[in-house]
Amino acid sequence: MELIYELSRPGRCAARLPECSVPPAKAKIPARLKRATPAALPEVSELDVVRHYTNLSRRNFSVDTHFYPLGSCTMKYNPKVNEQMARLDGFCQLHPLLPQLRNGGILTQGALRLIYETERLLAEITGMAEMTMQPMAGAHGELTGVMLMAAYHKKKGNRKKRILIPDSAHGTNPASAAIAGYSVTTIPSNSQGEMDAAALKRELTDDVAGVMLTSPNTVGLFERSLRDVVALVHSVDGLLYYDGANLNAFVGRVRPGDLGFDVVHLNLHKTFSTPHGGGGPGAGAVGVVDRLKPFLPVSRVVKRDDGTYALDYGAPDSIGYIAPFYGNFSVIVRAYTYLRMLGADGLREASDYAVLNANYIRAKLKDEFDVAYDRVCMHECVFSAARQAEHGVHAIDIAKALLDRGYHAPTVYFPLIVKEALMIEPTESESKETIDAFIEAMRGIARLSRENPQALHDAPVTTPVGRLDEVAAAKDIILTAG
Amino acid sequence: MNLPDDVRYTKEHEWVRVEGTTATVGITDHAQEQLGDITYVELPRAGKAVKQTGELAVVESVKAASDVYAPVGGTVSGVNAELNEHPEKINADPYGAGWLCTLSGVAAAELDALMTAAQYAAFLKETQ
Repeated sequence: MELIYELSRPGRCAARLPECSVPPAKAKIPARLKRATPAALPEVSELDVVRHYTNLSRRNFSVDTHFYPLGSCTMKYNPKVNEQMARLDGFCQLHPLLPQLRNGGILTQGALRLIYETERLLAEITGMAEMTMQPMAGAHGELTGVMLMAAYHKKKGNRKKRILIPDSAHGTNPASAAIAGYSVTTIPSNSQGEMDAAALKRELTDDVAGVMLTSPNTVGLFERSLRDVVALVHSVDGLLYYDGANLNAFVGRVRPGDLGFDVVHLNLHKTFSTPHGGGGPGAGAVGVVDRLKPFLPVSRVVKRDDGTYALDYGAPDSIGYIAPFYGNFSVIVRAYTYLRMLGADGLREASDYAVLNANYIRAKLKDEFDVAYDRVCMHECVFSAARQAEHGVHAIDIAKALLDRGYHAPTVYFPLIVKEALMIEPTESESKETIDAFIEAMRGIARLSRENPQALHDAPVTTPVGRLDEVAAAKDIILTAG
Repeated sequence: MNLPDDVRYTKEHEWVRVEGTTATVGITDHAQEQLGDITYVELPRAGKAVKQTGELAVVESVKAASDVYAPVGGTVSGVNAELNEHPEKINADPYGAGWLCTLSGVAAAELDALMTAAQYAAFLKETQ
C-alpha cells in the first residue's frame, strides 16, 4: 500500500483556500523563521484521502471488529454512548481556560460537576477518601501515586529509600518508583504464582517507603497473604500502593481501601471502557486515603456550600501541578457515562462476567494447554505453551495462528515468570458464542501443533503482511516518516 | 544444550570463566534460548565495582528485558563493545564471541557458591 505522500501530485487539492486577509508585509515574520522550501505536505483530492484512510482502517484489528483477549490490558468494548456524550457541544466546545477566568466558573458548572461526581463514584468503588482525575495515563498515575507517598514520608520526616515490588508486576511499577527517586527491591513469586511473603518480610525494613502491588496479581490470582502483608507494611509506616490494572475483576465486589491500600491508580481506559492503546488517550485517576489527601495535585474540584462547583488551588502540602488543566477531560466524560449507564448493580455484574468468562476458558482449555497455576482465577487466565513447545511450536506461533482465525493474539511471554506464557483476558463484553468459537480455534491450534507444526510456523497467512521481522523492528528503528 | 565444563554457572543463568584473578562473564545458552533474539545490550562502564549478585548489565530481546547479575564480585576491566552493534552474537555464541565483560580483582573463593556444568544441568532439569 502506498503512503499518502506517494499519492501526492503537484497542484491536486481538495479545498480552495481564501486569499490571506493579512498582507504579508504587515505580518512581519522575521526571515530566520520562514521556511526556505515549502512544507512537503501531500497534495491529494478528497477522494484520495477518503480511500486511503478507509483502506488503512480496514487493515486494523480492533475490538470493534474482532475478539481482543489481550491479557492484563482489559480491551473491553467501549459503548458508543460514551462517544455521544463526549461529543456534546457543552463538553467538546468548552475552552479549558474558561473556569479560571473571572466569572467563568459559572459557565462551566456542568464540566466541573462531572469531574467532581466521577471522583465521588470512583472513591466509592475503590474505598478511597479522595480522588484526583489529573493523571493523563496509567503510568502517569503510578508516578503521581509514588510522588504522593514520597510527599507523605517527607512531611513526617521519615527516612525512606526503597520500594518493594513483586517480580510479576508490570514494568511500569519499578520505572515509576525509580523516577520518583526510590530504589527498587524485587520480591520473587512462589510456585503458586503468588508473592513470596517470607521474602517480603525479610526485605521489609524501616527504610521501605512502600509496596506496590497489583491485585488481582499479574497472573490473574488473588494474593492470599494480602492481609498479613498490609499489616506488616503499615507496621514500619510503609504505604500500600494498589496498581489498578486488574480492577476489572473487583468492581462492586472488593474495594482496595477495605483491603488496606493507601494509594490506588485506575486505568479508565481499562476498567471504565474508555479508548485504549493507540486509540487513547488514557486516564490514570489516583485515589488516596485520608492521611494522603493534603498532598494531592492541584487543581482540585470542590463543591461549595451553595451547591456550585469551583477549582481550588490552595493546598500548601500539594505535590503541585502534574498536568495542564484537568486531566484528559473527554476521557473522564466517557468513564462517567459508563459508570452511570451501568449503575452499581451493572458494574458488579460486569466484573462477575469478566471473572466467569476467564474461568470458563481456563476450564475448557486446560486439557490441551498447561495452566500456569491451576486454581480458580480472577478476570484472566495464564496458560503455558510448554506442551506445544515440545513440538517446536511456541507461544508466538500460537499468537500468529490466532490472527488467521480472526482473533487478536493474547499477551505472550508475559508475565515473565511463566515460561511460554499465553495470557488471556476475555472481559465481560463477549458472548458465550464468541468465547466458544475462540476455544475451538485454540483447540484446533493445539491439534495442529502435533500434526503439522510447520503450518503454525508459517502463520499468519491471511493478514496484509505475514511474519514481521521483530528483531529489526526493535533494533533498526526509523523514527521519521516520508 | 551447550554446557561447557570450563565455566561456572549461576541460578540466574550467567556463566563465569576465571583465569587467575580475572573473570569473563556472559549469559548461558539456556538464557539466550529463553530470551529469543537479543536486540540490545546495556554494558557496564569500565571501572565499575560490583559485588557478587549485584546488577551488572541488561540484555533486551524481542520478548523481555532482563538484568544480568555479577556471578562474582570485582571491577569491570573490559566490555565487549562489539555487542553494541551486534547483540545477536550472544545468541550465536553465548560462551565465546557473546561474552559481556571482564572483571578484575576476583576472589576465587566466591566461585564455590556457583554451579558446575553437571550441577547446572541438574538445576535446569529440576526447574524447567
